[in-house]
Amino acid sequence: MEINGKKPLSSLVTGLILVAVFALLLVAVNFGASAYTQRIVIGLCISIILVVSLNLSSGFTGVFSLGHIGFMAIGAYTAAILTLPLSTKLAYLPDLPAWLENTQLSFLPATIIGGVVAMLIALLVGASIMRLTGPYVSVATMGFMVIVNVVLVNWDSMTRGARTFSGVPPYTNLWWVGAWTVVTIYAIWRLARSSFGRQMMAIRDNSIAAQSLGVNVVGMRLLAFCVSAFFTAVAGSLWAHFIQSFSPKAFLFAEAFSIITMLIAGGMGSISGSVIGAVGITILSEVLRNAERGVNLGIVQIPPVYGASQILMAIIFILLIIFRPEGIMGKRELDFSHLFSFSLRRTKRKEAASQ
Amino acid sequence: MTSLTPIEFFIQQAINAISIGSLYALMAIGLAMVYGILRLINFAHGDLIMVGSYATLFLTIAGVPFWIAAVGGIAASGLTGLLMERVAYRPIRGAQDVAMLLTSFAVTIFLENMGILLFSPSSRPFNPPDFLNSAFNFGALRVSSVDIIAIVVAGVLLVFLTFFITRTDSGTSMRAVSQDLLASRLMGININRVFVSAFGIGSVLAGVVGILWSSRVGKIDPLMGFYPVLKAFVASVIGGLGSLPGAVLGGYLLGILEIVLQGILPASLTPFRDAFVFGILIVLLLFRPNGLLGSTEKEKF
Repeated sequence: MEINGKKPLSSLVTGLILVAVFALLLVAVNFGASAYTQRIVIGLCISIILVVSLNLSSGFTGVFSLGHIGFMAIGAYTAAILTLPLSTKLAYLPDLPAWLENTQLSFLPATIIGGVVAMLIALLVGASIMRLTGPYVSVATMGFMVIVNVVLVNWDSMTRGARTFSGVPPYTNLWWVGAWTVVTIYAIWRLARSSFGRQMMAIRDNSIAAQSLGVNVVGMRLLAFCVSAFFTAVAGSLWAHFIQSFSPKAFLFAEAFSIITMLIAGGMGSISGSVIGAVGITILSEVLRNAERGVNLGIVQIPPVYGASQILMAIIFILLIIFRPEGIMGKRELDFSHLFSFSLRRTKRKEAASQ
Repeated sequence: MTSLTPIEFFIQQAINAISIGSLYALMAIGLAMVYGILRLINFAHGDLIMVGSYATLFLTIAGVPFWIAAVGGIAASGLTGLLMERVAYRPIRGAQDVAMLLTSFAVTIFLENMGILLFSPSSRPFNPPDFLNSAFNFGALRVSSVDIIAIVVAGVLLVFLTFFITRTDSGTSMRAVSQDLLASRLMGININRVFVSAFGIGSVLAGVVGILWSSRVGKIDPLMGFYPVLKAFVASVIGGLGSLPGAVLGGYLLGILEIVLQGILPASLTPFRDAFVFGILIVLLLFRPNGLLGSTEKEKF
């Protein structure tokens, strides 16, 4: 019996093997790589989570959310406020409501609560803006991001306002990040491959036709938006406990831009594309960042140009859009299943041989 | 100082609102023109303000009299806008809306970082000449000249624009292209020229807004274009993206809304004023998804 054109067992085997390979890579990085590389890998995994969840709402459903980083902010602040040790809380945030002042949660519950809070807010906001189309929904999500920013900056008692929020316990490590990456990719993969996913893609391609076929356009958009918000917030929490100090400024346009570049580079509508895009752009920006300090090419010496990496990224982005707007993978996915489906391969060979 | 009577208070706030509204309206027109014709939301429009302001500043530092420096700044904005069109937007003409939106994002990042690189991220004082910096006193009422000039300049420009759009060939071509690109081409309209003029006019308007805005605020920095373009966006959307009268209406409404909110929100909530503005925008879009002057059709192809 085949589901989605592939035998279920081969999909399962493929998935397990991919997870095992990933785990092995993490082990290798953990014990073999420098602390600097480990930090890059953690950052990379967080980016992967962000890109894949943004892909769900933008690439698969066509709701281009420019303000998605607002959810990351919500996740970061919620989880950080919850995990802050009680003594620090008293010193830093003396005006919290009593029930918060005395709570201190561990990483997992705090992260999940952060995700749930973001999801609820997405539900509230999305219920109104998911009816909008095209540029209007992008403007509305941008408005959402600004609202989040304004609230974070001004709700001093909860967030320390525009000042840096530091002292966040460094819970994030390779294992947490790796686990959440696997969970996120699995969840979004399953969603995309389900009937919900097909409905979302139908809405993206032609919402009027989809509606005429009985698809609940607003409902599906809302589902994509909310699920995407959850995982974006989880990434926010992971990031907060990685970087340990941040302020509302970290959650504005410029930061969102690199995520969007990764999304475009990988291909909107392809999960494996998102991973590839994230990896590619992360490596590229690390290379560029090191080059900022000046490059000695032997014959020629390029002087340090600080800030050049952002400019170069913008140029790369523009070139990407001009010459390959569908990204590396377009809407296709990497197909590993034929590698691991032994019986299928033999059957194909037999068929080919007999022709 | 004697306190203002209610009438004087109202006039003061009204002038504030209309002056800010004029700046928003001018910016929104630039955005709306480009969107109406190219279906492109040009985020980088805000950075044109930045370019114009810095150009003017450097010219005045170099000893050029303010009038000429201002013209130079406006020209710089115009040129940058045309460059943008040629280099970044022309190659992707006809691409999906999303692609163009993201490209304008990239252009913004590029320009802002170039600004930081070239001009340093800290803000610089922008000292306008006295005629832009003084204030008139009518009893307890204090009206700054910048406000009056902003209102007057906006009014004059709007009259010119209306004339241009309705009475000249170029303007009519622009309206035609924004209605139906293909039919316009079939009618022999040179769309390249139309796009270039739309960008040019919009960028020049942004340059004007830059000088007025910088005079009001008194300082400039590379990221100064972010909030103005956001507000211009909102103004455009309120009035209906792509509609020029809508942009003007939206700009003034936004200015009035901001001042009204500033007045009626309790002191504890005034910092959240911008959040309220966006909240109201979202609510408005619920009832009129295409803006106030946009069509009431549910969805467009």
